[in-house]
Amino acid sequence: MASVLKFKRRFNSDATQVTLQFESRSVQAFNGETVAAALLANGIDFTRTTPVSGSARAPYCMMGTCFECLMEIDHVPNRQACMVQVADGMVIRRMHGARDVEQGE
Amino acid sequence: MEAEVAVVGGGILGISIAWGLQRMGRDVVVMDEGDFALRASRGNFGLVWVQGKGYGMPDYTRWTRRSASLWPEFAEELEDATGIKLELSQPGGVEFCLSDKESEETVLQLEQIRQTLGGDYPFELIQHDALKKMIPEIGPDVIGATYCPEDGHVNPLYLLRALFTRFTANGGRVVNGSRVKQIEKSDHGFRINSDNEIHAGKVVLCAGLGNRELGNMVGLRVPVEPSRGQLLICERVVPFLKYPSVQIRQVGEGAIQIGDSKENTGLNDSTTPNMIARIARRAARIYPLLSHLRTIRTWAALRVMSPDGFPIYQESDTCPGAFVVTCHSGITLAAVHALALARWIGGEVQPANLESFSGKRFEV
Repeated sequence: MASVLKFKRRFNSDATQVTLQFESRSVQAFNGETVAAALLANGIDFTRTTPVSGSARAPYCMMGTCFECLMEIDHVPNRQACMVQVADGMVIRRMHGARDVEQGE
Repeated sequence: MEAEVAVVGGGILGISIAWGLQRMGRDVVVMDEGDFALRASRGNFGLVWVQGKGYGMPDYTRWTRRSASLWPEFAEELEDATGIKLELSQPGGVEFCLSDKESEETVLQLEQIRQTLGGDYPFELIQHDALKKMIPEIGPDVIGATYCPEDGHVNPLYLLRALFTRFTANGGRVVNGSRVKQIEKSDHGFRINSDNEIHAGKVVLCAGLGNRELGNMVGLRVPVEPSRGQLLICERVVPFLKYPSVQIRQVGEGAIQIGDSKENTGLNDSTTPNMIARIARRAARIYPLLSHLRTIRTWAALRVMSPDGFPIYQESDTCPGAFVVTCHSGITLAAVHALALARWIGGEVQPANLESFSGKRFEV
C-alpha cells in the first residue's frame, strides 16, 4: 500500500494539519479536506469492498453521487467519505460489504 | 421494416408479451418510445403479489395466482438463458395492520375473496405475539398482519434486462426512441408510423398510459388513468427481512425499499417531502430499526389504472389483429403474460374466462 502516489495536492495548504486513524495507522491530512481526498493523497488504494461482488472500490466521483467511497467514519457505517470533512483524531475504517441494520448511529 | 407482430411499448408488459410470442416462433418487433416515456416499468416496487388481488373480480384472483405459480419456471428459464439472476423469492408476504380498523378491513376483504373462490384462497391473520416470533424486528405499534404464502418479490430491473437480453439474443428486434404517431389498417395487417414505418400482421398495444390514445387508432377504448406512487430506498444492509410486504421489502442486494402511496396528480411524477416523510414514518413504526438507516434515493412513478383496477385484454372488433394489453401489476403478471396471454395473441390458445378482462365491461 502507498507504494505509488497516484494523487497529489495541488497547493501547499496553509491549513492546520490533523491526524486521522485509518485502520491501524496514522494518516496526515489538512483541515478542510474531505476524508476521501485525504486518503487518496496518502496513496490509500481502496476504501471499501462491495456488498454485491466483494470487489475492492475507491472514491470515484468525489461529489456525493456514486456511493463508491462508503466508509465507516467515527464508528458510523456507510458514510460517504467524499462528503465528510476531516477532523483531528477521526477514526476511519474501510467498509466491508453491507452494514448490519442493528448498529445505531 | 416488416414483422409478424409489432408490440408497441418497451416496458415489462411489452417485452413479456414479445418474448412469449417469440417463444412460439413468431417474428416480433418491439417499438419503444424511449426515455421520454413515463417508464412505469423502471419505477415500480417489484412485488409478485397475490394477497388482496381480485377483490370484486374472482377471475383476476385466479389469473394472479396462476402467474405466481408460473413464476419459478419463468424465472428459471430466463436465468438459465441469460445468466442474469432475478432475485425471485416467494416466501409468502405480510400486510401489516397498525390499528384494529386496518386489521378488520383487511381481513374482511380477504375473507370475501376466499368466499368467491369457494374457500380456496390461502391467508391467515397473525396477531402481534405470534408475528413477533416470525418477524422479531416488528415494533410495538404493529397489532398483527395478514400472511399469504403465495406472495413474493423479484428485482424488476433485472427482470426487464433479462427479458430484453433473451429477446434480442434470439433475433428479436427493438426499435428505441421512436414514438408511434399513427396506426392504420393495411392489406396485410397494420401500417405503424413512427420514425420508421413498420408493417405488421398484428399489433399489440402495451404502451401503459399511452394506450388510451393508441387504442383510438384501432377502435379500442382504453380508459386508463395515472396513479402516482412515491418510493424511497435506504442504504444496503446485511439481509434481515425475510418477508416482503406491500410497504417494505429488502431487495436482493440488501437495500430497503419503502413505498405504497397512492395519489391522483395527473402526469406529475415528482416526489413530495410530505409524502416521503409519511411513508418513512409508517415504515419506522413497522420496523423501528429502520429509523437508523439513511435514505439514499427517492422517486415516483405512475401506475396505469383502469376504472376498476383490473387488467384490460381485448382484441379490436373493428380492426381484428389489434390487441390491447394493460394492467397495474406487470411484474406479478409477467409470467402468465409471457407463458399464457401471448398464446392467445399468437392465435394458439385462449385462456379460460379471458372475456372477463375485456374493456367492454366499462361500456354501460
